Amino acid sequence: MSASPEPRLTASAIAASVRDGSRKAADIVEQHLAAIAAREPEIHAFNLVLADEARADAARIDAQVAAGDDPGPLAGVTVALKDNMCTRGIPTTCSSKILEGWRPPYDATVVSVLRDAGAIVVGKTNLDEFAMGSSTENSAFGPTRNPHDITRVPGGSSGGSAASVAAGFSQIGFGSDTGGSIRQPAALCGVVGVKPTYGYVSRYGLIAFASSLDQIGPFTNSVEDSALMLDVIGGHDPLDSTSIPQEHPSLREAIQQDVAGMRIGRITDLPEGADPDVVQRLEVAFDTLRAAGAKIVDVQVPAFTFGLTAYYLIAPAEASSNLARYDGVRYGMRVDAADTNAMYGATRAAGFGDEVKRRIMLGTYALSAGYYDAYYGKALKVRRLISDDFDRAYQNADALLTPTSPSVAFQFGAKGDNPLAMYLCDTYTIPSNLSGQPGMSVPFGTGAHGLPVGVQVLAGTLQEPTMFRVAAALERGTAR
Amino acid sequence: MPESSAPVRITPEVAAKVAHLARLDFEPDELVRMTAQLDGMLEHFADIDALDLSTVVPMTQAFPLVNVLRADVVQPCLDRDEVLASAPAAEDGRFRVPPIIGSE
Amino acid sequence: MSKYDGLPGEWELVVGLEVHVELATATKLFSASPNRFGDEPNTNIDPVTLGLPGALPVLNEQAVELAMRIGAALNCTIQPCTFHRKNYFYPDMPKAYQISQYDQPLNVDGFLDLPNGVRVGVERAHMEEDAGKSTHVGGSGGRVHGATYSLIDLNRAGVPLVEIVSRPDIRSADDARSYVNELRGILLAIGASDAKMEEGSMRVDANVSVHKPGTPLGTRCEIKNVNSVRSMGRAIEYEARRQIDLVEAGDVVRQQTRHWDETDGRTHTLRSKEDADDYRYFLEPDLVPLAPSAEWIARVTAALPMLPAARRARLADATGQPATSEAVTIVVERGQDDYVLAIAAAGGDAGRALVYVKEAFADSPNVTAADVAALTQMEVSGALTATQAKTVLAELVTNGGGDAKVIAAKHGFEAIDTSEIERFIDQALAEDPDAWQKFCSGDAKAMGALVGLVMKASRGKADGRAVTASLQQRRTDRS
Repeated sequence: MSASPEPRLTASAIAASVRDGSRKAADIVEQHLAAIAAREPEIHAFNLVLADEARADAARIDAQVAAGDDPGPLAGVTVALKDNMCTRGIPTTCSSKILEGWRPPYDATVVSVLRDAGAIVVGKTNLDEFAMGSSTENSAFGPTRNPHDITRVPGGSSGGSAASVAAGFSQIGFGSDTGGSIRQPAALCGVVGVKPTYGYVSRYGLIAFASSLDQIGPFTNSVEDSALMLDVIGGHDPLDSTSIPQEHPSLREAIQQDVAGMRIGRITDLPEGADPDVVQRLEVAFDTLRAAGAKIVDVQVPAFTFGLTAYYLIAPAEASSNLARYDGVRYGMRVDAADTNAMYGATRAAGFGDEVKRRIMLGTYALSAGYYDAYYGKALKVRRLISDDFDRAYQNADALLTPTSPSVAFQFGAKGDNPLAMYLCDTYTIPSNLSGQPGMSVPFGTGAHGLPVGVQVLAGTLQEPTMFRVAAALERGTAR
Repeated sequence: MPESSAPVRITPEVAAKVAHLARLDFEPDELVRMTAQLDGMLEHFADIDALDLSTVVPMTQAFPLVNVLRADVVQPCLDRDEVLASAPAAEDGRFRVPPIIGSE
Repeated sequence: MSKYDGLPGEWELVVGLEVHVELATATKLFSASPNRFGDEPNTNIDPVTLGLPGALPVLNEQAVELAMRIGAALNCTIQPCTFHRKNYFYPDMPKAYQISQYDQPLNVDGFLDLPNGVRVGVERAHMEEDAGKSTHVGGSGGRVHGATYSLIDLNRAGVPLVEIVSRPDIRSADDARSYVNELRGILLAIGASDAKMEEGSMRVDANVSVHKPGTPLGTRCEIKNVNSVRSMGRAIEYEARRQIDLVEAGDVVRQQTRHWDETDGRTHTLRSKEDADDYRYFLEPDLVPLAPSAEWIARVTAALPMLPAARRARLADATGQPATSEAVTIVVERGQDDYVLAIAAAGGDAGRALVYVKEAFADSPNVTAADVAALTQMEVSGALTATQAKTVLAELVTNGGGDAKVIAAKHGFEAIDTSEIERFIDQALAEDPDAWQKFCSGDAKAMGALVGLVMKASRGKADGRAVTASLQQRRTDRS
């Protein structure tokens, strides 16, 4: 599975050893760069490897430690950042030709926070173009391959970051999740992936896909690492108006508690379509929690099944507006023309891939005069139904358990020319984006072809502590 | 506003208008293909038409916040040179574009 | 009456005005770059202003305060509100959408009373962000047509605006001018904006239509590019005539946006409003609703200063001059009404003070109220003639103050009392009995000759008004 040459350490153990001088950040970076050198050519997790920068960061941290200064709580922890997170002076492309080579003049808030904490960025990872996709096949720079089986996709849209962690290229990966783009690749790559409550983590500097749905979250090899990451990057940001102005309780502390007495909900009206191997692993997960002292209860979320439709009207609508700024005027690619209107049309035609164009068209249509009520307006109401249904379910259950992905990693090209077939990958993840509630995928054994299976834990708004407790119990119960 | 009945399927004429609104140029065969794909999707999304949404309030916010405000205090600006260095074309400290003719 | 009564036939002009006002905040509406006019291009920029990928808006509290002041001053209801995206492509729109307010604006249902008593409804006054500026190179006169390329400066992008939309209650170009002037006075009084049309901190678009009373309203055209109050008036008058000519020729008025050309004095089509983009308004997901508390609203309303209309009424009351008179209007416009009242409070004559202040002080008076008060008393008592008072006033202004009595004495302005005046009059009647006869039989011009004689004899020191009054009295006494 993991290609890292050492027994797997937690991020906090790594940081502790760097801070006390027993390990050098430089050595840690070299190990990861060696892993990258060995397998990146076949995996293509990165749009850009930042070898020199990572070495320089490591040297700086080691010097701080030597001087007796505090290098930060994440000193020496290597991270890979999805290439839709702005990094000042470093190309940030969203895996799109329209932003190829663009260097942001500012850092995303999360990036600043990570750097200030002493984390070391080893590279910008590949994604489906503008985060639209579930396989990373929509990247303009070539797909990423699943480290478990390079004939298969790593999932998407944050495929590169998931693969980076699975392949040992970095301790941590960061992605964004709008309809499942962290959780689904986490499941397919056998790592932990978390989408927090909407507003838990700042979106400032995250290149927007769908503003009311996007959230940044971590990929890790352990629930504990995920807890640490959210403890560090979570919290209010005055630069993001949708950022929750509250302190969040420590998740590292929350995972110390077990699940005895907790009510775990099984959604009995969950849409069908999960493969038998995935369903089987989910049952074992329920058994694991039951054995750990939890009670399994039946709940219904009737509107769950309409999540896909609501999402594929709301997200493209917001995206059509968010992506209108790529017009060749101030940054990015430009195709010259006789006048600005012609320039817009030619630039965007050349710069965007097919899936992006499809979603922009769909979203523009859903918002246009005469169609708003039938599409976007209706979808907002369906969103309310889903949210209300979840609220009712959470009156009877503390957390819910579902498959993350309907299947294990599929082969390249398996979804063919049919966009709808690809959209179904997000059946189980989408509804919690619509309700703005947290979800995380925990690796839970293997399924068909020995490929990883993930199980999804869902919880109510700001119930991350509960969600993490369940995830930790699953992790403890997993056959490793 | 009254609820629409069954959604109008997307025609090539409408698709062409949408493409113009979105400032996306398509070759004719591309537009035909795109229209067909969108039509298929909209057909699939018609599942929500079965729902009774007459009394449902649209959900526009994931987390209920109000009155998020910022003090009226100047913060440092970006460096113009750094910004214009990323621009496709610049002149005299400004972004340069082809003539702006045609409607907004 | 408005000179606009020159509309042919029974045609009635219907005008609604949309006024965009730049707010006088330190920073932009959604980001902390400076809100300043005249800086080097693209120096007041940040990721939000530039519409960079990943940038997010955060609402400026002071902009909300000023927008609420505008609403309160225009008698609006201030209500919970939301922001929407208005989507369209234009090079000076960095995000290709403008954040504005759509169906839930901050201020609704207000009004503005014109000095002539007409009440113009204010439908709404909402918040939105400004666009950048484009200049066109290579064409003629900086116009778009024939330009080889355009240059974009985003300093102005993101500046806070309030758009004030009137109801179509304006019926003449004069009233339109009056509305804009009155609105400007209000904006200055409340400190919301410096409202300078020549700098673009106040911009006016006029919606103009014509109809015959009792018939449905006509199709309206939106007139843009008026750069002064005066040219707005001209544009409205031209457009009204253009529409009337069309209809009377059997043609129809098409709903259009038209561009006023100051040089040729006509409006020209820019584009047909029917072809206008579909803006695809939807709620701005990067912002949250704004619901000003009852306390905030009450505080803003209570803190409103006295507005121009009330100031004019107060000054009219004090001076006995009509509120609509030029003197009252100008003095209030200049913000000198408090000064006039101070002169009155210092014992001066308010009526004379009003005239003095209007004539002598272009802006900030540099003479104490007490000094001016003393002068007014000298004129009112007859100790000085109006002309003499003017001379003394001029010297007070030059010196920045002084003792009116001393200055008068210096000029040799002696008081001429009534008995002396009567003596001079007797003399004049004796000199020109012919003029006296003519005046008594109703020839008003003849009085001038007599007054002239008195002024000559008194070396200019007799008060012309007193002489006239006395002559008239004598004539009356004779009959």
